[in-house]
Amino acid sequence: MIYTEEMRASQARVEATRSIRLSETLPRFTAEEKDVLLKQFHPDYHEDGFTRLSVGPNKGDQVPSELAVLLQGQSRMDEADVDVDHIQFETDVLVIGGGGAGAAAAIEAARHGAKVLMVTKLRLGDANTGMAEGGIQAADKEHDSPAAHYLDAMGGGHYKNIPELLSELVLRGPEAIQWLSSLGVLFDKERDGAMVTTHGGGTSYKRMHACGDYTGAEIMRVLRDEVRNAGVDVIEYSPAVELLLDGDGQAAGAVLYDFDTKEYHIVRAKSVILAAGGAGRLHYQGFPTSNHYGSTADGLVMAYRAGVPLLYAGAIQYHPTGAAYPPQIYGALVTEKVRSLDAMLVNKDGDAFLHPLETRDVVAAAIIRECQERNKGVYALHGQAVWLDTPMVDILHGEGTMEKRLPAMIHMYEKFGIDIRKQPILVYPTLHYQNGGICIGAKSETKIPGLYAAGEDVGGIHGKNRLMGNSLLDIIVFGRIAGTEAAAYSEQAHPGKGNLDHVRRFDEERAAAGITEKVLSPKLLPDYTHNRGTRG
Amino acid sequence: MKMVTVYLLGKMFSVPEDLTIMRAMEYSGFRLVRGCGCRSGFCGACAVVYRLKGQTETHSALACQTKVEDGMCVGRLESFPIKKMEYDMEDLPVAGNVVGQLYPEIYNCIHCNACTRNCPQGIQVMKYIALAQKGDYAGCAKESFRCVCCNICAASCPAKISHGPVGLLARRLMGKYIAKKSRHLEDRVKAIQEGKYIADVQRLMEADDDELRRLYEGRTIEK
Ligand SMILES: Cc1cc2nc3c(=O)[nH]c(=O)nc-3n(C[C@H](O)[C@H](O)[C@H](O)COP(=O)(O)OP(=O)(O)OC[C@H]3O[C@@H](n4cnc5c(N)ncnc54)[C@H](O)[C@@H]3O)c2cc1C
Ligand code: SF4
Ligand code: SF4
Ligand code: FES
Repeated sequence: MIYTEEMRASQARVEATRSIRLSETLPRFTAEEKDVLLKQFHPDYHEDGFTRLSVGPNKGDQVPSELAVLLQGQSRMDEADVDVDHIQFETDVLVIGGGGAGAAAAIEAARHGAKVLMVTKLRLGDANTGMAEGGIQAADKEHDSPAAHYLDAMGGGHYKNIPELLSELVLRGPEAIQWLSSLGVLFDKERDGAMVTTHGGGTSYKRMHACGDYTGAEIMRVLRDEVRNAGVDVIEYSPAVELLLDGDGQAAGAVLYDFDTKEYHIVRAKSVILAAGGAGRLHYQGFPTSNHYGSTADGLVMAYRAGVPLLYAGAIQYHPTGAAYPPQIYGALVTEKVRSLDAMLVNKDGDAFLHPLETRDVVAAAIIRECQERNKGVYALHGQAVWLDTPMVDILHGEGTMEKRLPAMIHMYEKFGIDIRKQPILVYPTLHYQNGGICIGAKSETKIPGLYAAGEDVGGIHGKNRLMGNSLLDIIVFGRIAGTEAAAYSEQAHPGKGNLDHVRRFDEERAAAGITEKVLSPKLLPDYTHNRGTRG
Repeated sequence: MKMVTVYLLGKMFSVPEDLTIMRAMEYSGFRLVRGCGCRSGFCGACAVVYRLKGQTETHSALACQTKVEDGMCVGRLESFPIKKMEYDMEDLPVAGNVVGQLYPEIYNCIHCNACTRNCPQGIQVMKYIALAQKGDYAGCAKESFRCVCCNICAASCPAKISHGPVGLLARRLMGKYIAKKSRHLEDRVKAIQEGKYIADVQRLMEADDDELRRLYEGRTIEK
């Protein structure tokens, strides 16, 4: 795949300005400039993309319209003939979701002696976790500190992070890295064993740990292996579609839908951990996404229907650098590591337009402004895009740096005929991360006794904007907490018979609010068969 | 838009030439459930086998990462059964070649190179198996690092080796036992356990927004 003529002409300008840009540093935006930029250009502030919820615990709040439809959607239980007393599986701890958070939870719960059942929509490990390329934060270097980590995350999160959750994250960060190391995760290290750490957008110290650019893949495959070793029962291709509560409103299990047999199954459990991940595949405001195929906010939907409030569900992270070209990888992620290795964002004239280490929301808004308002983008597949000047990495850090630090990135483009060591690439923001989600406390607990949540389906840890590297950390920290707490809870819990009364109550609320839409939720999978376009 | 003719699971379709095999399936009306995970070349869920119509040679690929070609006949390789041993990482005899003990079939390799030839990640698979035979965990870990466990190699191996789990075990041993320990990490974990950093964090937890903002805007950034 080669660039179009317009692209090649612009690429020449990028090359022409490169040597000048190498010595240039742009000032950071002031707080006021950032405010204006975000309000005008960040999709979170795009009123048309949001709907006010009219039922449920967050009634009155605005969330992305595509999410609202599902949160207020119709339960599959309304039409399916499900006998909740016909129990197929019984366990102490039920883990819903086979990503990093679910795996960490399952391993800890099993280590604490609980019988654990994990159910997951696709295969164990087919998850956003395995796709994280950038890295994982933790304040373990000498001059760094958990307090500095706390402050970075607070500022990045627009001061909306929940202090009790954030303090757990930063204080347990180093231990999480140690835990992963003890499982055999291969972190990049110096000769003396010191971790190789770098900056990420919004960090004050270099605390980003990585495993090449396969950080998430490496973590995920090790955790998957360990889940199997730990004796956890795993059922794949069987998403949970509804929670079960007992007569006292405590967690009592879940209803599964077997994709292969198309049957519903009842799991009875003493405690349940929701770790069903993000929402990228809902394609808010038509954005492409970097997320895996199963990111459809199912965890949020199930929790909401059971009466658990959500926090900041309207705050979405658009990763500034999604691939805008070629079509085969449209929307796929270009890791932030490329920028943290000093590749600059430049417009069609070859001019840089912002400081390289601004936070993600600011960078995304700046790119959108460059393309939409200033008309300084290069026309790609579905609109304008800007250049990420990747050859700068090797120029600044020595030949071979990209090969060592960004092999996955090189590989991704190479297949389509682009050598990112020699040619810059075209990028545009892509829907990346669900900042908000299920409300939890510091023990990963929800307001429903016996119901825990961890991972991307949770809200509050990162405020309104997560920093790169803090999500891989949160899934380990809170996944482990959830597993430990759920195992302990299960030792003394005796939930009664599970029922779906909460679903019926929700239906009544829907009817009272005049919602007649028949959209089934959780959505489980996107439907791309009618979309005869190029969406990644 | 130029169209090409492809045969997906035995049915003929006409699809735009710039689609991946995965998108071509969707374009043709398949609603994917199995054989689709990350859609980005990381999870290995989408392994397919194809041959160009009338040719003898077969090829393997990740459906989400490979463009369609005219005359492509595509079959799927989802859910290929592999051998994975269960072990306790805390209790593995690293000194002997535990990889070889748990997966003795690696010694049956006949050097046919089918694994390397078929690996969609371009990994020197036969080489990492040879390194595993020798108990060279570091070498095996390095060579197998980009493995996405798609099992294409295992499906084509006459010696019935499950390459993915072999590389994975070598990497885990490497990460856990052989790579040098990080002193700064151990020190920091210990210091936190002793309560050293808690007061600083608590001060921030109690600070109001203005104070946090002042501290944030004024913080020093490591060069
Ligand atoms: C391309 C990409 C790059 C990223 N890079 C970084 C990075 O560098 N650093 C960082 O910190 N973070 C990064 N992130 C974010 C981070 O990877 C994720 O937020 C995090 O891994 C989420 O973990 P999780 O376990 O909560 O969700 P996931 O890993 O997505 O797992 C969710 C699991 O739940 C399953 N599931 C969904 N619905 C159901 C259901 N109804 N029933 C049963 N199972 C269900 C899914 O199939 C999946 O297995 C990145 C994300 C992406 C997409
Ligand atoms: S080594 Fe085997 S399992 Fe791993 S990516 Fe290559 S073919 Fe797939
Ligand atoms: S396919 Fe099997 S037998 Fe052939 S070289 Fe690879 S490991 Fe050896
Ligand atoms: S879908 Fe994950 S590698 Fe293709």
